[in-house]
Order: sequence, then C-alpha cells, then structure tokens
Amino acid sequence: MAVVQKDDIKIWQRRERGKQFAIWAGYLTVTALFVYCFQLISEKTVWFFVLDAPRQAMDMASRMVPVKWSYMDVLWVAIWDTLNIATLGTVMAVILAIPTAYCAARNTTPSLYFVRPVALFIIVASRSINSLIWALILVAIVGPGVFAGVIAIGLRSIGFCAKLLYEAIEEIDENQVEAVTATGASNAQVTAYGIVPQVLPAFAGISVFRWDINIRESTVLGLVGAGGIGLQLNASITNLAWTQVSLILLVIIATVVVSEWVSAKIRHAII
Amino acid sequence: MTTTTLSRTWKKPPFIKSAFLRWTLGLAVAIYLALAFGTMEVNWTRVAEGIPRGQRFLAGFFPPDFISRWPEILDGLNESIWMTITSTVVGIALSIPIGLGAAKNLAPKPVYLFCRGILAVSRSFQEVIIAIFMVKLFGFGPFAGFLTLSIATIGFYGKLLAEDIEDIDPNQAEAVRATGASWFQWLNFAIQPQVLPRMIGLGLYRLDINFRESAIVGIVGGGGIGATLNTAFDRYELDSAAAILLIIIGIVMVVEYSSGYVRRWMQ
Repeated sequence: MAVVQKDDIKIWQRRERGKQFAIWAGYLTVTALFVYCFQLISEKTVWFFVLDAPRQAMDMASRMVPVKWSYMDVLWVAIWDTLNIATLGTVMAVILAIPTAYCAARNTTPSLYFVRPVALFIIVASRSINSLIWALILVAIVGPGVFAGVIAIGLRSIGFCAKLLYEAIEEIDENQVEAVTATGASNAQVTAYGIVPQVLPAFAGISVFRWDINIRESTVLGLVGAGGIGLQLNASITNLAWTQVSLILLVIIATVVVSEWVSAKIRHAII
Repeated sequence: MTTTTLSRTWKKPPFIKSAFLRWTLGLAVAIYLALAFGTMEVNWTRVAEGIPRGQRFLAGFFPPDFISRWPEILDGLNESIWMTITSTVVGIALSIPIGLGAAKNLAPKPVYLFCRGILAVSRSFQEVIIAIFMVKLFGFGPFAGFLTLSIATIGFYGKLLAEDIEDIDPNQAEAVRATGASWFQWLNFAIQPQVLPRMIGLGLYRLDINFRESAIVGIVGGGGIGATLNTAFDRYELDSAAAILLIIIGIVMVVEYSSGYVRRWMQ
C-alpha cells in the first residue's frame, strides 16, 4: 500500500513513488518521441496544401451528392466478385494453413529444429507482406482479374490463420492426446481423435474471422487490377465521377458491416 | 427400467449436431462454390504464359540488392517509422474518448450510437481507400500516411476499448461510485485499472500493424517505405524490391517478438 507520512497523518496514494516516477518518465519519453517524429514529418509536408484541405474537402463533398443510384446495376457484379475473392481466398488460405500450423505447433511438429523455423518463417512472411503487394506481384504473373485477387488474399491469410491455429494446437489438453495414444492409436488416429476435436471450434472461428477481414481487404485489390469493387472505385476516381464514388463507398460500408455482423453471429454460435 | 440397446460401432459425434442444418449448410456451400467458380474467369492460356514470366519475375528478386538503393530505402524506412509512432500516439489518444462513448454501460444512447457510427465507418474502409482520399486532400507525403493510419487506429483501438469496457466487472465500478467519486475519479479508479493491461498489449499490437500498413499507404502516395517499394516495382528494379520486402519482414519479426515479450512482462 502506498502511503506517505505527512505531519503524523497517513495519506493514501495510488502508487509508490518509484512507480509513479517510472510512469511519468514513460509518458515523457513517448511525448518527446512523438514531438520529434512529428517535426520530421512536418518538414516533409507542404503546409499550404494541408491548410487548403478543408476547402478541398467541402468541394469534394459537394461533388459527391447526389448519389448516382443507377450505377448500382454495374456494381452488383463487382460486389459478387469481391465476395468471391474474399471467400475463395479464405478457403485456399485455410487449406494451406492447416499443414503449416501442424508443422509450427511445438507439440505436433515433426522436427523442432528444422521444420518449425521454416513454418514460422512462412507465417511471418505471409503476415508481413500486405495483400496489395501480393496482388501487385500476382497481376504481373497470372494477369489481371479475380483469380489474382483470390491467390493474393489466400497467400496473405495463410500466416494469420496458421498463427492462430498453431497457438490453439499448443494450448490443447495433453491428457486427451495421451488417453488416445494409450489405446494404441496410430499417429494419424491420434491427430484425428485427440487433437482435431479440440481445435475444431477454434479453427471454425478463425476461418470466419479471417473471412470478415478479407472482405475488407478485397475491396482494395482492384486498385492494382486484381478484380472486385476496387476496380470500379479506381475507375470512378480517375474519371472524377464523384457521384459514383460516393455510391461505391456506401456499398463498401454496407458490405463490411453486414459481413462483420454475420461473422460475429457465426462465431457466437460456435463458441 | 427401460433398456436401450447400444449400437455396436462407435461413431465420432458430428461437429454440427442438427442433421438438417448440417445437410443444408453442406448443400449451400456446394451451390455457392459451383456458382463462384462458374463466374470466375480464369484465362488459363494467360496463366500458362504467365508462369515462365513469373519465374523470370521471381528470378529478378535474387539476389536481393541492398546496396544500390540504400539511401532511398533508409529514407523510406525513416518515414515509415515516424508515421508509425505519430499515428499510433494520435490514434490511441483520439480513440479513448470515442471508445468511452461507444461503451454501452457508460454512454447515453445518442452518444453511443454516434460513437459506434464513427467506429463502423473508420473500420469499414481499408487503409488504402482512406489513403487515397487523404492524399487527394492533404497532398503527397508522410502527412497523408500519418492521418490515414491515425484514422485506422481509431477504428481498431476504439472498438476493442469499448468492448473491453463493456466486459468489466460492474461490482468494482459500483463500489467506487458508492464512495461518492466524481465521474472522472470513477473512470480513473474503477474503469481504467480493469482495462489497462489488455489495452497496453493492444497498443503495442497496433504499433506493429501500423508499421506493416505504412508499407502500403505509400503505394497510393502516402509516403514511407511503400513509396520506395512502389518505385522499385515501377522501375523493374526487382532486386531492390526484394531487399525492401526482406527488410519489412525482418522488422515485423523483431517488433512481433519484442512486443510479445513486453506483453508477457506487463502481465
């Protein structure tokens, strides 16, 4: 209990003096770092443009109304493509994430010193390269279109799914595995009856969660030519068709909110 | 007493218990997949052509060339780091009032709906879409990237903060309120200690995400290492691009390991 003695009266304080100083020093460091970094950014900024921004924003907003609802006819296909990119990409990622996670989990990996680091590198590499960068590379390889988008989303999601899955595998109850092993089950049977039932709910939850994230990610893949609603967004912005842009933004919000709701419902039902 | 005859063979209990639901779901998935693959146009000749092209493309990545573009890479990295730090600080600072407003047990209904609306909108748009508009409004460079990442941070952090506040132990909050604490004292002594440990962890996690995202806001003109990467791709200097990608992977790995360490140490 942090108490200071002051003229025979004990006064309660929330923290010990040393801890209070440490927290204060932490705040000081973060503030100093922030001010320093902001200064460096501000040197690279043309402040005239920034000061002009409110006027620009008003101008852009006024061009965005009224929303061109008739453009919706074109957008249905784009929405369908976007959903497909997200769903098929997630399916691909999940299929590839299972062996990766199996190799990365400490308790199931075939080799702790050789296979596990490789699996962990795959996970980190896939997580740190954004789907847009994957799409940039893939459009050059397989040509523009939905297919490139699916693969980009898939490659990007392997890391996320595999990471969460291998953490789930590491947290399983070893007693059940031991019990199944004690019946004389083969290695594959141990996996199927001892491990899979324990991680299946987590696995389903992870897939749905990633699907929800992928919907959001697949809205931008079109910017580099990989299909989906981003294609229309990019075209409308380049053509300065602002009434179409506002409709696309509304559609994106609606899609994302609905998918988030669906995924929350499914996860709630599973867990 | 009734005797039930047990079936001789044991079957694994299915994951979805209701048979009707199981079959309908399976059928729905099958129909969807058929439709999805049906409408996806894959130009296989283009893909076949693309594979040798892809091999050449990948061969261009090796060996990664760290040296010839090193000054530009360093510049981009610096910008990325500035953007990451400033946007995380500003984003978290702004998301605290919004997160408080979006917690159902704290805020009155109109405030709750308003704050939830802000969070939903800022979460709906991928960073790149926000970045396009920020670049249009504020001009090229790291300032646009900084604003983009700040907005994205608000959506992420505010939502998690609000959910965490909704999950707190109401008894503690009531106990502090019963002492006659003012609203701010109540926040400070009843709410904040309950959510702080998790929030610090999430803040570090967001720092990590912001660095990764700073690599792509540059593609649409938001500054940072993404701008360097995009230039490298545009000029077909693939060996430099490979070097940049490796650097990003390396930094993300370091940040991830150290933030995991810090989080364990905090708890």
